[in-house]
Amino acid sequence: MITATDVSVGYGGKLVVKSVGLHAGQGEVVGLIGPNGSGKSTFLRTLYAALRPRAGLVTLDAQPLEELRGTELARRVAVVAQETPTDLPVTVADMVLLGRAPHRKALAAFTREDHQAVAAALSRVGARDLADRRYATLSGGEKQRVLVARTLAQQADHLLLDEPTNHLDIRYQHELLRMVGQLGVTTVVVLHDLNLAARYCTKLVMLENGQAVASGTPEEVLTPELLLRVYGIHVEPFSVRGALQLVFSMADEHSEPQSTAAVR
Amino acid sequence: MTQLDPALGEPRGATPPAAPLVFTGDDLEHGKRTRHTWLWIAGLLGALLITLPVAVGLGPVAIEAGTVIQILRQHLTGGQMIGAWTDSEESIVLLLRGPRVLLGAAVGAGLALAGVALQALTRNILAEPYLLGVTSGASTLSAASILFGSAAGIGSASLAGSAFAGALAAGIAVFLLARVGSQMTSTRLVLAGVSVGYVLHALTSLLIFASDDPNAGRSVLFWTLGSLGQATVQSALLTWAVVLGTLVLLLLWSRPLDALAIGDSTAQTLGISPAKLRAAVMVVTALCVGALVAASGGIGFVGLIIPHIARLCVGSTHRKLLPVAALLGAIFLVWADVLARTSMAPQELPLGIVTALLGAPLLFVLVRKLNPTQ
Repeated sequence: MITATDVSVGYGGKLVVKSVGLHAGQGEVVGLIGPNGSGKSTFLRTLYAALRPRAGLVTLDAQPLEELRGTELARRVAVVAQETPTDLPVTVADMVLLGRAPHRKALAAFTREDHQAVAAALSRVGARDLADRRYATLSGGEKQRVLVARTLAQQADHLLLDEPTNHLDIRYQHELLRMVGQLGVTTVVVLHDLNLAARYCTKLVMLENGQAVASGTPEEVLTPELLLRVYGIHVEPFSVRGALQLVFSMADEHSEPQSTAAVR
Repeated sequence: MTQLDPALGEPRGATPPAAPLVFTGDDLEHGKRTRHTWLWIAGLLGALLITLPVAVGLGPVAIEAGTVIQILRQHLTGGQMIGAWTDSEESIVLLLRGPRVLLGAAVGAGLALAGVALQALTRNILAEPYLLGVTSGASTLSAASILFGSAAGIGSASLAGSAFAGALAAGIAVFLLARVGSQMTSTRLVLAGVSVGYVLHALTSLLIFASDDPNAGRSVLFWTLGSLGQATVQSALLTWAVVLGTLVLLLLWSRPLDALAIGDSTAQTLGISPAKLRAAVMVVTALCVGALVAASGGIGFVGLIIPHIARLCVGSTHRKLLPVAALLGAIFLVWADVLARTSMAPQELPLGIVTALLGAPLLFVLVRKLNPTQ
């Protein structure tokens, strides 16, 4: 369970996140959406204490985040963050083993159990055969799967993802988010694609200029009125086998409204 | 909302509940991986133990390794003379080549460790104390303290301190120059290192020629290309102490270094503060490089080649990489020094020339391999 209450974050004199709240209950997948620069990633960083909020409180299972020490936090919250590539040759197995580091003392060797956890995590994401490949040589989809495997090996019951579907082919986008949904782990995910958000998140929080303008189920948040105001785009919502999906059109294409069967 | 009924998709929330990690017999061949590392460490330790007496024996006056060991044993235990050797052989082993080989092993190990640490710090395979100007910084301030320190009443006791301060200052200067935001590209890092290095080299030479040093030429060679010729038992033991201390500290930080080598965000999400770790590792590396330079001058390329070869042996995990790199570096530099003092005897080559001849080709390969987009 992750709860953020009235969180504000600033760089220098400017507030980038203003009094945002979020609640992700046990096993829920909460999507953070909003236009570029709306403060999604910044807000997410406060949820794993990489940024200290100017004001407000973040709690993990009702315990304030600042009471948790680094490794203690890492045992309970796993993160897939945006990372710049490294020149150093790191294998996939080493990358995933790193997820075991918070569970081991500084000088203790990784045990057989750690290696089993890595093998199991890699199998879970369908990447067991990549174990001895160099991470840098993987495709974008394979890399994201390996990063998710690291969070699994970490065995944390909270998962934070920052635009995990970036640079992924459409199939991998769906594969990844479906897998995340099946983990049963409390998850907060920053997403750009509103249809992915609608399909795979149980709840959404929409940010605009650092403020939460809506939160609730996808149906409550992704309304045509709000999307037109926040994103400046027209939307026709459809229900596809129980999941909300959106079809977008630019304002100037809308001279003849109601051309489809969409009912609002 | 319109209800469509296509065959695609599945309703949200209907996914099956979590399948926790299923542990199977599959352990990525944990036993084999562990044995592999220990075999490397044991093999290299054995190679080093053979290298030391053999290398002491090699030179204008050749001494058998067995004799070297007997001389050492007698000297250390104070026992009876068990073999026959001349006084000159004894003084070569105890006063000349013995300390020299001992110092060489320490310097090689230390340079390799500094290379590993700087590469993790910068996430860059080209990072190395010499190429980044850290060695030059130590050289400049050491030379200054030797040349002018005694005149200013500081004395050469401050040599190690000056070398440390120089290494730290040069390292920080290069990082600041190379930094764009929080990102350090290979190109900028190497350019910054080379330019800072050039300036400091020039400054060192200028200082030496500006002084009344009668052996100015030789001093310049020492500070810019290195030599083990000034080794004493004390300097060898002191350097070993610093290098072993560095190894222990870096081993304690090996997991954080693994994370840092992948990225700052990764480190942060695993409960490590990248800024603090980077500062701590930088200070330790500068201390180590300072001690090495004070004892042996500026030796390049060891910190570049050795970590690379060590990675080929045991992979990038620092817990394995650090001891293997240290051992490889020790063996490598002892043999490089044997080459330096025997290949053109009685002339002695500066050690940095030998390491550059051996190391530069690898630099070519690494430069070719670097990702062009970075």
